[in-house]
Parts: sequence; C-alpha cells; structure tokens
Amino acid sequence: MSELLQQIVNGISLGSIYALIALGYTMIYGILRFINFAHGDVFMVGAFIGYYSAPRIIALMGGNLLMAAPAVLLITMLGCSVLGVAIEKFAYRSLRSRPKLTVLITAIGVSFFLEYGGQLVFGPDPKLFPQLIPSGSIINTEHVVIGTNSIVVIVTALALMMLLRFIVFNTKMGTAMRAVSFDHRVASLMGINIDTIISFTFILGSSLAAAAALLFASVYPSINPLMGIFPGLKAFVAAVLGGIGNLTGAALGGLIIGITETFVSGYISSSFRDAIAFSILILILLFKPSGILGHHEREKV
Amino acid sequence: MKKFLGILSASTVLVMFISCGGNHSQNEILIGEFGSLTGTTATFGQSTHHGLELAVDETNIAGGVLGKKIVLIVEDDQSKPEEAATAVTKLITRDKVKAVIGEVASSRSLAAAPICQQLGIPMVSPASTNPEVTKKGDYIFRVCYIDPFQGEILARFLYNSLGLRKAATLKDVKNDYSVGLAHYFKETFEGLGGTVVAEQAYSEGDSDFKAQLTALKAAEPEAIFVPGYYIEAALVVKQARELNMTMPMLGGDGWDSSKLLEVGGLSLNNTYYSTHYSTDDTSWAVQNFVAKYRSRFNEMPDAMAALGYDAGLILFDAIRRAGSTDGPAIRDALGATENFSGVTGRITIDKERNAHKSLVIISVVDGKLKYKETIQP
Repeated sequence: MSELLQQIVNGISLGSIYALIALGYTMIYGILRFINFAHGDVFMVGAFIGYYSAPRIIALMGGNLLMAAPAVLLITMLGCSVLGVAIEKFAYRSLRSRPKLTVLITAIGVSFFLEYGGQLVFGPDPKLFPQLIPSGSIINTEHVVIGTNSIVVIVTALALMMLLRFIVFNTKMGTAMRAVSFDHRVASLMGINIDTIISFTFILGSSLAAAAALLFASVYPSINPLMGIFPGLKAFVAAVLGGIGNLTGAALGGLIIGITETFVSGYISSSFRDAIAFSILILILLFKPSGILGHHEREKV
Repeated sequence: MKKFLGILSASTVLVMFISCGGNHSQNEILIGEFGSLTGTTATFGQSTHHGLELAVDETNIAGGVLGKKIVLIVEDDQSKPEEAATAVTKLITRDKVKAVIGEVASSRSLAAAPICQQLGIPMVSPASTNPEVTKKGDYIFRVCYIDPFQGEILARFLYNSLGLRKAATLKDVKNDYSVGLAHYFKETFEGLGGTVVAEQAYSEGDSDFKAQLTALKAAEPEAIFVPGYYIEAALVVKQARELNMTMPMLGGDGWDSSKLLEVGGLSLNNTYYSTHYSTDDTSWAVQNFVAKYRSRFNEMPDAMAALGYDAGLILFDAIRRAGSTDGPAIRDALGATENFSGVTGRITIDKERNAHKSLVIISVVDGKLKYKETIQP
C-alpha cells in the first residue's frame, strides 16, 4: 500500500512537469494548427540558461534560495520567451500561408538545429544542475517520503497553470488568443493583430517550458543538449491524449502520462518506461483521435 | 563560367580528400586510440587518454620503441558503440595504425573487436571487463580482470565482510558490462546462500529512478547492487537516499570517476565499489605515477588513467619484444606478457588473453573516497 502511495507521488511529480510542457504544445496548436516539435528543445535551452545563471544569481542573493529561485525562474522564462519569439519570427512566420507539412518539417529542422547547436555551444557532456530547491522532505515516514522537491514541483506547476488559465480567460490578450484560435481570419477583421497574438502565445508556451525545465533539472540534475527529446515527445503525446488545443486536456494528459509511466516502470518493467507513452499515443489515435477532452472539428463545406 | 567554377571547386575538394591521411615519416610507429572523450561516460575516455599520453611521452623521451617515436592517433566514440566501430575502422584503414588501444566500456569494445580481429590489428582494452570481449578473436587483449571475477568478489564482500544476506540489483540494460556483472554477482551471492530479493533495470541516459527504487524498497533488501556507470549510479544513490533508503549500496568499476562524488555528494556515504587500484596504495610504483600524473594534469589519476598508462606501456613492451610492428608478431608478444610491473599491479596475460590481477574495494566515507581492501585473485 505504501509503495502504491509513493509511486503515485512520484507519478504526479513527473506528470506535472510533462503537463507544463504539454500546455505549450497545445497552445501553439490551438493558435496555429501545427505541432511545434522544437518545443522540447526550448525546454532544453531553458535548463541551460538556468545552469549558467543560477550560480551567479545565488551568489548575488548571498545564498538565499527563497529569493534566488524565483529570480532564476524569471530570467529563464525571459530567455526562453526570446528564443520562442525568435523561432516563430525567423522559421515559422513566412510559412504561414504554406501547407502545414512545410512548417512541420521546419519545426523538426529547428529542433535538430537547437540540439546539435547545443552540443557545439554547451558541449555534449552531461552537466550537473545547481541546487535551487533545498533538500529535505515534508512528509517523511517509513513508507512514504514526499520530498521538498516533489512539493515545489507540484505547487509551482499548479500555480503556473492557474496563472495561465487566468490570462487566457480573464484578460484581453487571452480573449484575443481564443478568438484567433477560433477563426483567425475573422479575428483579424475584428482588429486583432495576429502577429502580436502569435508572438504572445509563443511567449506563454516558452515560459512554461522554461519553468518545466528548471523543475525537471532540480529533480533530475544531470542536463545535456539532448535532454529535451524524450520529455518533449512525451509531452506531445500528453497534449494529444488530453485533446490537442484544449488546455485542461493538456494538463490532464500530462498527469496521466506521468503516473502511467511511473507505474509501468515500477510494477511491470522499466524497459517499457518510454514505450508506454508511445503505446498510449497509438491507442488514442486509433480509438479517440480527438483526445479525452477534445472535440471533433467539423469542417463545413 | 559557372560550369568551369563548378568543375574547379569539385576537383579542389577531390584533391583535398586524396591528400588527407597525413604524412607520417618512416621514423614513427602509429598507434590508434579510441575512447569516449565526450558523452555519458566522458571521464572514462579522458582519463584513459591522459594515462596513455603520459606513457607515450615517457617512452618517446627514453628513445621510443625500436628506435622510432610513438605517435598516438585519437578518435572520440562519443560513448556510443556505433561510433566505436566507425572510429576503429577509420584508424585501421585510413590512418594505418599498427595497434589499437581501447575501450573502457565493454559495449564499445565488443563493437570494435570484430573489426580489429578481421583486419589483423591487435587491440588492447585497458578496462573492459565483460568476458565476451577477448573471445572475439586472438588479436584482442585486455590488461584488467574480468566480470566473473569482479562479480564473485563483490558478492563475497557483501556476504562475508558486510555480513548481509538479502540483496537487490538495479542494472543498466543498455550496457553489456552491467548486465553481465549483475548476472555474475547474483550467481555467486545465491551460491553462497544469499538471496537476490528483487531485480530492476534502467537504461543508460535515464535520469528518473524513483519508480524502480520504490519497487526495490518494497522487497526490503539489506543492500542494493548497482553495476552501472558513474552518472546514473550517483543519481540512483541520491534518489535512493531521498526515498529514505539508507542501506549500503555497491557498485563495480563503472563507478570509478571524479564525477561520481560531484553528482552524488554526501548521499554516497555507506557505498562501496570495486576498482583496479587505489591512490592510497603506498607502493613506489603507484605514488610515482600519481606524482607524475598530478604535476602534468593537475588532478588525481583514477583507475582508468592508471589502466590507460599500463595498457600503453604493455603494448610498447610487446612491440619491443616482438622486434617488429607486424600484427601477428605484436599479437604473439602480447600473449607472452608475463609479470609485467604495472601501476595497477603485476600483469600476466593468460591463454584467454585476460589479465589476472587483484581487485581493490573503495568505500565512501564522509563524502570522500577511502581505500577499503585489496583482494588477490
């Protein structure tokens, strides 16, 4: 019983990180109707921005992690947002009128560029991420241990998701985003600047990826330029699972993937840890392609 | 005009390619080295390379081998077996090396050995311990002990020295070394009367082991054996301690790296691992080597550096005894190596082309490496 509880905690912790990345995928799809495969690598760059900036900021704050961690988070979010907007401007904007396949291939190209460029710039060796979350545990019994790590991950992810929900449903920019995702031609006729909204969406998505990166690197402190491949792919599966284009779906999908992966790894065999995410993808596409919370888009002729 | 420029640039590139391969004078013996200078086990390749460099420079200063200078040609296999095969093929066919030194990781040695065997070039592995490596052919040698020995000694250490009876294993399915070592450990441990209460696995490159560790915890082992490489091992131990698993944890020579303590820190207290030598050894050979290495590279030599050094010197000694740089001659001379005084002990190459050597157990106390004991074969 205690093992089950512990595995659930492990799974929710991992799933929250996937949820944050999945939100980025789902937002971009909602606005632009394409899968930004480079998102996992924006996540990776976020981890490296954190790696290089954290020691300096911690030193600046005199070792006070409570002040330093949010500062590192803000700087990483800023860095990733700049990267996301740059990718959109230089790689995707001019292809907006082209078939979706073209942009998809471009996205894969950007992904490789970031990965192998990262290997050149950062070096391909794994690096040790500095500690941002103090070690220790909140609940520490014989059977279940909930570390400070897990709590911070879950709380931060939850807070960011609620912030995102507020932005999307309670602000003018959010309403504009939803309008563009509904019908971008009509939205532009209503006076909404499509380019600004798209850039804003990329800023939101990349910031979440940055937060996910810092949380991921805090729990699993070995970072390397290829670290974004698998979390990125699993988060993409999570977004599809929950219903691509649906925010709540992405969060739900992330949690499901995280928990399932942990359970399969602990109870069946860890060799299937990565395979389970892709098995879920195949199953959901076969039986309910619109995802759990998604709805069919009816094309009226 | 365009066509002319096209032909001109194409022929320039062609000429550049043909003249590739370098000019090596007759006064040099070309030795190839392939190792993981980058990737998940980067310290293995870098340390081995430093040790080998030291051996090459010392030999050249003393006049070289058979009156010629040793020239080392290095290839990085990025910790990947596919790259190891490519690296070795390039070294032998394009650079025309007379012998190859490599690799540390058994998976990469296993990828490269068939190529060296087929092309008739002797290969000396400094630290691959999986028994399959030297079975690939009579041109493949190693200067370290093999996993049946290592697994057996670790099992005996756990059973006798630590007095524990219930163990669990967490192996790396992506590496032949880890799978083999876990197997030999289990064989001996159960043969002695112990029980392996649970077995789990991970893949090299994974960063989350909490699921597997939680499953192992439920089986209540008294110790956990993690026969993997240093980065994953350090993360495993760290996450185990976070899950309140305070039991002793054991590892093999794959743990030997400066990065182990860097990644694992104090969570590594109450762990033990086997390796090939200890810098605490007071013998003159070891201390002299440590001093030379430190003054040149500004760091303590780990086991891979010591083995790289020994592998180089043994190869050069074999070439001297062979009196030529022919593949078959070097091969025969390597096979006849007897009682060679290496930094990692007295090395004799047996009929299976493996070395019979003693094993050193290191423990981690207060976040520092501490020599525990030496076990003779």
